Formats: sequence, C-alpha cells, structure tokens
Amino acid sequence: MNPRRKKRLLTIIALLFGLSSAVALTLYALQENINLFYTPSELINGKGPELEKPSVGQKLRIGGMVVPGSVKRDENSLFVEFKLIDSGPMVTIRYKGILPDLFREGQGIVAQGTLIESDVIEAFEVLAKHDEEYMPEEVAEAVKGIKHQKPTYNNNGY
Amino acid sequence: MWKWLHPYAKAERAYQLCNTLLPYFAVVAVLGILVGWVWGLAFAPADYQQKDSYRIIFIHVPSAIWSMGAYSSMAIAALVALVWQIRNAQLAVIAIAPVGAAMTVIALLTGAAWGKPMWGAWWVWDARLTSELILLFLYLGVMSLYHAFEDKRAGGKAASILALVGVVNLPIIHFSVEWWNTLHQGATITKFDTSAIDPSMFWPLMINILGFAGFLGAVTLIRLKTEILKSEQHRPWVKALAGGK
Repeated sequence: MNPRRKKRLLTIIALLFGLSSAVALTLYALQENINLFYTPSELINGKGPELEKPSVGQKLRIGGMVVPGSVKRDENSLFVEFKLIDSGPMVTIRYKGILPDLFREGQGIVAQGTLIESDVIEAFEVLAKHDEEYMPEEVAEAVKGIKHQKPTYNNNGY
Repeated sequence: MWKWLHPYAKAERAYQLCNTLLPYFAVVAVLGILVGWVWGLAFAPADYQQKDSYRIIFIHVPSAIWSMGAYSSMAIAALVALVWQIRNAQLAVIAIAPVGAAMTVIALLTGAAWGKPMWGAWWVWDARLTSELILLFLYLGVMSLYHAFEDKRAGGKAASILALVGVVNLPIIHFSVEWWNTLHQGATITKFDTSAIDPSMFWPLMINILGFAGFLGAVTLIRLKTEILKSEQHRPWVKALAGGK
C-alpha cells in the first residue's frame, strides 16, 4: 500500500474510532434516559445507582406484565384497573379507554400516564408489547401449553 | 492478491460487469419476492398471538434488514472511494443511497402499519424506531450532500465521509432492543433459538429476504450503470454505445 493511501486509511480509522467512542460515551451517560419505560420494581425501589424514585404527579411510562386475575372492568364505562409486575412488587394502573387487541392477562404492556400515588398510575395510553416468537396456534399449544382464547375478566367490584 | 480487481476500476469494465450481474439479481428478485409473498401471505399459518396481522413481517423484516445491509455496502464503497480514490466506488455510493433510503421508508411505514393494530400506536419514540429514523436521515444527508456540490467529485467525497461516519448508527439499531427497554420486541432471526420462529414461517421469510436482496442488487446495478454512463458521457466507448452501433 503506498504511503498516501495508508495515511488516508489511518485518518479514517482514527476518525471512526474517535466518533464511535464519543457516541458510546454519550449513550452510556444517557443510558437511563433512553429506556422507554420504568419497570414496576424500579418505580417502587428506585432505579439507577442512586435509587432515584419518580415523584408523585410526574408523567412517566411503565412497562410490565399484566398480573393474571387482576383485571377489573367497569360494566358501564371503559374504565379498567389492573396490576403490573416484573420480578418484584406490583403497581396498579387505572385507565379509561380502548385497550389494544393484544391486551390480556399475562401480556406485556407499556402504559403512559401520571403517577398519582407511589404505586398507582392513571394512564392515558396503554400499548401492548409482544414477544419475538412467531408460531402457529397448534405449535404454541404443544410447546408452551398456551390455549388461546379471548380471556374472561372478573367483573367484581366495579 | 487483489490484482484481479484492478481492471474494474476502469469505467468500461465496471459497466460490463454490471451488465453480466444484472440478470442474476433480477431473477433472484422476481422469483424470491413472488414465491416469498405468495407463500408467506397465503400459505404460511397464522400466528398464535397476532393471527393474520403478523404477515406484514414478510415485508417489514426484509426491508429493515436490507436498509441496514444497503448502508453497510454503501459505507464499504465510501471507504474504497476515500482511501483508494476510485471513481467507480464513489458512483456506487450514490447509486446505493436512494435504494437504501427506499428500503428504510418501507420498513418504517410497514412498521407503523403493524404497530397500530398490535401495540396500539403508529409511532413510539423508543430506541429501535428512533435509530431507524436516523438511518433514513443519514441516507437523505448522503444524497443531498452529493447533489449540493457543483463539482461531483467534491460532492462524492463529502457524501462518502458522511456515509462512513453514519456507520456508527448500525450497531445501535441492531442492539437497541437489547441495550434498552423498548416497545419493539427483540431480534427473532438472529436469536438462534429454534422456538423463536416456527419453520413454517421461517422459510418463507428467508425466501423474502433473499428476494429483497436481489431487488436491492438489481436496482443498484441499474442505477450504477446510469451513473457510470453519465460521468463518462464524453468518452468514445459511451458514444459508440449510444449512437455508433
């Protein structure tokens, strides 16, 4: 390789190396802020090394799994209340509106809303999260033991 | 070792190579997309969770993969253009850019159409969606930078530098779903887990990915041919090709 090409190649490699370390450091610094949502245990126990907790009244997103058996619907309106869990404590979500088709007990969801008590969120948007697995119904039944049917909700209370 | 490559630095030889390769890419594109779509959209079984809505995967995933694949090829061409100062490589950069941008737009639009019924939103500012949008802006930047210069060689150089710098975004797109909490689900195909996608859906998806690759290659070759002819329009071989048969 002649010296001029070598010099150009080295310049480009140095440029790319410098740039990628700058981006990597920026993303590392912003790590917590790029996350789309809090998990329930982060909300209750605090997140990051300083265990920061969001304050009541703050707008935030929370993502977790809908606790089976926790969905309560109002019979006369679109109001619905359910609990979210990840690995630790549970958080209650209150929502009035149309839920996405994939919403069901045991499903991962992301809700956006206001924290009204330390573990209660009044949501104005509920989004369903689905996993990266695709299979026909028969296979899902055989592999995962999932029998898919529209879930039934317990209407007690509301 | 690289001696066999040297003749293709000449515009005429590169043009001939494009002509030789084009039919193969075109056949792969037509067959792959035809077979893949009919198989995927009509015959593959419905998903256990998303029912028939998941079928948009047969367009979304290939276009998303090749939006990144096109960018990598463009960046390699940009590196060759900058270091070895080969004019044809510069033309390749500008030949690929709009095709890659189109793939990115298809990926973003089909993603939005898929997100609305499944997630409940057309768009969410999560890391995966945002970084893919940045990829689109990078393509647009490369294209407009190239055309912003009177002197096409200077424009090509500037566009190549931007194309190279944008490579940083590729790993961010790919790993965004692992590094951060996102609404977008994790990787399916590169998970290397037999249960992630059933073979009855995996094979039509693979054929579609192959078909889209053929499409990307074929359109790029056609564009590259045009770019070579444009830059060489005053040379005798182009004149012979155009008029003096």
